[in-house]
Amino acid sequence: MSEITYKILCVIIMCLATYIPRVIPITFFTKKINSRFIKDFLYYVPYGVLSAMTFPAILFCVGNIYIAIIATIVAIILSLCKQKLIVVAIAAVVVVYGLSFIM
Amino acid sequence: MNHYFYGVKKGLPIGLGYFAVSFAFGVMCVNGGISPLMATIISFTNLTSAGQFAGVKLIFQVASLVEVFLTVLLINLRYALMSLSLTQKIDSSMTRLQRLICSFGITDEIFAVAITEDKKVNTSYLLGLTTLPLLGWTLGTLLGAVGANFLSDRFLTAMNIALYAMFIAIVVPDAKKSKNVFLVCLMAIALSLFFEYVPYVKEIGLGFKIIISTILSCVIGALIFPRKEMVNE
Repeated sequence: MSEITYKILCVIIMCLATYIPRVIPITFFTKKINSRFIKDFLYYVPYGVLSAMTFPAILFCVGNIYIAIIATIVAIILSLCKQKLIVVAIAAVVVVYGLSFIM
Repeated sequence: MNHYFYGVKKGLPIGLGYFAVSFAFGVMCVNGGISPLMATIISFTNLTSAGQFAGVKLIFQVASLVEVFLTVLLINLRYALMSLSLTQKIDSSMTRLQRLICSFGITDEIFAVAITEDKKVNTSYLLGLTTLPLLGWTLGTLLGAVGANFLSDRFLTAMNIALYAMFIAIVVPDAKKSKNVFLVCLMAIALSLFFEYVPYVKEIGLGFKIIISTILSCVIGALIFPRKEMVNE
């Protein structure tokens, strides 16, 4: 399979894997889920997924682990202070950019 | 049409936020060798952050198609829960075709706005609500992907942390509020570290690492820390 074919197939697959969970319940499902286990599992999934995706990957994403650790701590502190997503994201980028001149 | 424009108005802040985040996604795509056109198509057809982010990471590593599908599907499973909640919120006159179209716009933020409306929501409102976020997300990606050529390497490297920081901003406030969420996050991180560093298991693909870490931590979480009340229902 050529590189471009692979990428195009991936794009189609990503589109399907995003649309399927959105479309099936609202279009075809009329009953309520009663299983407490399934409800709790689905509730926890976003937190589990984002945690697993972020750590340890965030520590290696800018090429300097010390800068990454500092930016991660800044992002966590700002999030604890309930700052908006975009504020946290921009602050982390600014911290990494600024520190890259001196570290 | 009034419903449509009311929806557009409610979608404006979401669209602005998406614009900035998708800019970082566009930069990340071209950094890893995905063309601006393909990056823009991904954003226009997916309209989601974490799923796209994981998807292109797997493309960079030339992961198997099955791995791409399962990883993105798992990350987006939460939309099934939102879609299910919305069945109670939408006008019962909505046809199946209208549901097929409107469900495309279910994201964390769009869902949160729609579900907190006082009245039932209809097709015009949902289409209006989706318009600016979709526009912002797609244009932001295009500008990030094209603009990456004009930005310094130092800045582009710094941009790599943007989406991770956003994930932290999504998780941390809820982990602070709920001990259960906090413990699930810790388990997921512990498992992720396990799959990253322990010999032999670290050889498995990134997508499967994320899938196994998530499923294990969330199954354990659902078994050991069942929640007392449901949110968004």
